[in-house]
Amino acid sequence: MRIVCPFCGERELGEFTYLGDAKPVRPAAGASEDEVFDYVYLRDNVAGETSEYWYHGGGCRTWLKIARNTLTHEISSVEPAAGAGAAKVGA
Amino acid sequence: MAGGQTNRLDSGGLIDRSAPLNFRFDGKTFSGFQGDTLASALIANGVKLVGRSFKYHRPRGILTAGSEEPNALVELRTGARREPNTKATTAELYEGLEAASQNRWPSLRHDVMSVNQLFAPIFVAGFYYKTFMWPAKFWEAVYEPAIRRAAGLGRAAGVADPDHYDKAWAHCDVLVAGSGPAGLAAALAAGRSGARVILCEEDFSPGGRLLSDGGTIEGLPAAEWLSRTLAELATLPDVRIMTRTTLFGVYDGGTYGAIERVNDHLPSPPEHQVRQRLWRIVARRCVVAAGAIERPIVFAGNDTPSVMMASAMRTYVARYAATPAKRIALFTNNEDGWRTVEIALGAGLQIAAVIDARPDVSPAHRSLASKGGFPVLHGSVSGVDGGKDGVKKIAVSLTGGARAEVEADGLAVSGGWNPAVGLTSYHRGRPKWLDDIAAFVPDGAPPGMVAVGAANGAFGLGACLAQGFAAGSAAAHDAGHSGKAGTAPVADDEAFSLTPLWHVAGKGKAFVDYQHDVTASDIELAQREGFESVEHLKRYTTLGMATDQGKTSNVAGLAIMAAVSGRSIPETGTTIYRPPYVPVAIGAFAGHHRDETFHATRLTPSHHWAAEQGAVFVDTGLWKRAQWYPRAGEKDWLESVTREVSAVRGGVGFCDVSTLGKIDVHGADAGAFLDRVYINTFSNLAVGKARYGLMLREDGMVYDDGTTSRLAEDHYFLTTTTAKAGLVMQHLEFCRQVLFPELDVQLTSVSDQWAQFSIAGPKTRDLLKEIVDPAEDLSNEGFPFMGAREVRLRGGIKARLFRISFSGEMAFEISVPARFGDAMARNLMLAGAPFGVTPYGTEALGVMRVEKGHIAGPELSGTTTAADLGLGKMMSTKKDFIGRVMAGREALVAPDRQVVVGIKPVDKARRLRSGAHIIPKGQTPGPGNDQGYVTSVCFSPTSDQWIGLGLVERGRERMGEIVHAHDPLRGEDYDVELCNPVFYDPDGGRQRG
Ligand SMILES: [Zn+2]
Repeated sequence: MRIVCPFCGERELGEFTYLGDAKPVRPAAGASEDEVFDYVYLRDNVAGETSEYWYHGGGCRTWLKIARNTLTHEISSVEPAAGAGAAKVGA
Repeated sequence: MAGGQTNRLDSGGLIDRSAPLNFRFDGKTFSGFQGDTLASALIANGVKLVGRSFKYHRPRGILTAGSEEPNALVELRTGARREPNTKATTAELYEGLEAASQNRWPSLRHDVMSVNQLFAPIFVAGFYYKTFMWPAKFWEAVYEPAIRRAAGLGRAAGVADPDHYDKAWAHCDVLVAGSGPAGLAAALAAGRSGARVILCEEDFSPGGRLLSDGGTIEGLPAAEWLSRTLAELATLPDVRIMTRTTLFGVYDGGTYGAIERVNDHLPSPPEHQVRQRLWRIVARRCVVAAGAIERPIVFAGNDTPSVMMASAMRTYVARYAATPAKRIALFTNNEDGWRTVEIALGAGLQIAAVIDARPDVSPAHRSLASKGGFPVLHGSVSGVDGGKDGVKKIAVSLTGGARAEVEADGLAVSGGWNPAVGLTSYHRGRPKWLDDIAAFVPDGAPPGMVAVGAANGAFGLGACLAQGFAAGSAAAHDAGHSGKAGTAPVADDEAFSLTPLWHVAGKGKAFVDYQHDVTASDIELAQREGFESVEHLKRYTTLGMATDQGKTSNVAGLAIMAAVSGRSIPETGTTIYRPPYVPVAIGAFAGHHRDETFHATRLTPSHHWAAEQGAVFVDTGLWKRAQWYPRAGEKDWLESVTREVSAVRGGVGFCDVSTLGKIDVHGADAGAFLDRVYINTFSNLAVGKARYGLMLREDGMVYDDGTTSRLAEDHYFLTTTTAKAGLVMQHLEFCRQVLFPELDVQLTSVSDQWAQFSIAGPKTRDLLKEIVDPAEDLSNEGFPFMGAREVRLRGGIKARLFRISFSGEMAFEISVPARFGDAMARNLMLAGAPFGVTPYGTEALGVMRVEKGHIAGPELSGTTTAADLGLGKMMSTKKDFIGRVMAGREALVAPDRQVVVGIKPVDKARRLRSGAHIIPKGQTPGPGNDQGYVTSVCFSPTSDQWIGLGLVERGRERMGEIVHAHDPLRGEDYDVELCNPVFYDPDGGRQRG
């Protein structure tokens, strides 16, 4: 598998580390235990398009948000994950 | 005849007659030529019997001339290089080659296990499941070892492989698999267009079937066209032809696996060279020109030695000038099989008869028959009379019911051709059925890949060239190259008319899968017993599961299943195709990652100095760390470690702690950032001070700990444990980039930039004064406990100095740029000599931390909370931090959790062992009353006894209680007392002094 890092270009899988689902957003400081529980534990098991965190530890050390199809392994987008998991205060 | 090679033609072939080679098979010496395979050389020497079959120990010969071979498997080489299941058909001959047949005892010609044939009924499909079910105990003790002895597939060397293997990457625009006419045309078109081309060919000579079948291309004999084409490819700067290289797998993103047999054709690799090289090739486009595999027809006795695939028969004659038989019969259901007759006649061999299953034979072949003086029989072969010395007579069922007999010493068989659909199907692709060639062809392919020529079901020479050229040109264009490819080479297409025929009913065993001894009746039995799905069929009968992966058997197997279950072949379907296409040695996947180079080794800055001191090293992750420094006369490690601890507690010692993870945290919001990742607060830490910090995971469990210092308003220096150094960096980057992007903070890993030493003991300050510039104030007031700042050393080097203590003694940690680490160790020894300075290793470090009740790896197990570790009070209630909410969940704050407590034996002379379970006193140990376990132990010189730490239910409330330590692993049971985990200097006066 190969990933096109927006900063380093096309690189081999071994340079990257997989974390998991990039959908959950970290609840704000005042959130309830249930909300935090969902954030920490609940994940969809998607057969198809997913959004995931990958870390380019063998390159620029950027956390990336990658859209990948779990059925074909096809990657349709790669972007920096900056702020992707940040609490949306007031949202 | 040449040099005892009774079955070698006097001329012809692509062998080098000026380079004779001697070799041994089953202890007997033979000769062959450069350019032979082991199989062709055995044939040239008249050897027909080369092995015994897997289950029935039937005599077997050579069936094919390629990597699809299911029969002629040998143990190649001897000693540590002995390699079982090597295909004689692809093993290149070299001087001194030694090979041995497999599955026979005591000898190939007299194999006692061939009595298995008499017990054949118990070896039918599913026999493993049926015969050896009862009694259960017998399986392990009797049946399995007996079956393994009887049905082995050759013996592994049993000792370490002495050769080296390599792994390499390659990149190209167009990757071509196979160098037959289609592959060469593809490489030519892509290369001329300016693309970077890699062409992989598993054979040692490029050319594919052109090497055996000849033909005319562009009006030239095939051999001449081949040499001209290879010459042109050699002039193209970006075309690389890799022979002895098999493309075995297709992976995501245009990554392909290939195995190059760099030196398998030599007795052993030349010095400094590898045996094989595993390639990962990244290609924008891939043209699969992997050809097709001729398929057998299943009939009784079809495994008799010298029954051979028709294409293999003519390959041995044309390419190797070796004659598998003198009087050959051909059994075919298609036009292509007749080529064997043409080539055999051309070589002066006799044709006994052609048995053609089709209703008609072309006029050209009729006249060939009358000219050659052999009959053409319409019908099928129904049986073979022969044995280990080969075919004698062939029984024929003629169309219309009559019977005939043909005397021959070899039988060539052609049941048609199966395109090699493996590579195109590895992404779960399912090939589609094509009626006119009665075969599966690729139905699409992984992204960027296309199949051409025979691999695509186009068997004619003209079609192969045209498809290959067009695909090569298109692939180059897709990869951005638009140079002129010129025109495709032209050739005629041969006729290919085929009447499908899979199985001829008859008396006797008719083999589908030669390597696993699966017969037609096994498949019929599987169908009767309900194993109709191809995936069930495969597993129940083991069809196609041998090392050849059913290359010659799968399609025939499912054709027979289709017939007996009343479905069509496409309805029956294929099993899923998985790489590797050929067996790949585990050694090649490992490459250089074995033994001492299994992983990278990290050395601390003072490693070489420590080695000079005679240090004993321990592997800690990738690191080598000094464990202790033995001195002459010390009888064991405990004596050395005890001396080191006493020297620190009584004077001064130092230890290299550079393996700790080190991270510089910069930015206006550095403090705020640390507040969110640690459970305690760092934003209020004064500049020039250090603080112990604890991190949780988001699920509330402790992640890591370490000391973090504030060197400036906007600059912190954070340390992690050795084990988590990389992971904490990754975690902090996640927090910084993904969770808290609004914070102005930057992280820099400086683990490798600083050499760090812990200097500990009451004389630490005396030693430091010799190292640090006299202008620096090291007094208790000028540099108090938990102070941290940059200092200048004597000589001008800048260092970071931290007054922190893991040992409980008056202690500092000093960081110098890593390049000064070695000098620092030597300097500490020199300057510390008057104070009796003693280097200490990780064992003494561990003893002192247990004496002080500090937690480390065994307690930071990933299942402990801050409160479990006695650090619950550190959790701030005034701020949010990673893990805060989950740490408050009911089970994580339950009062009966196992928490850290001190442990000492009631019998002071007793040795403690970590891992022992804690049981209430007077109770019988069991899972119901297991209250925890001992996590860390040491012999404490200070307490003069063994002490330990443990995680015990309500441990802190039970100090003073006598409990039972139960250690079933070591068979030990003894009483221990739960106690305060701080065994040494509980009020901390020594480290503050
Ligand atoms: Zn990158």
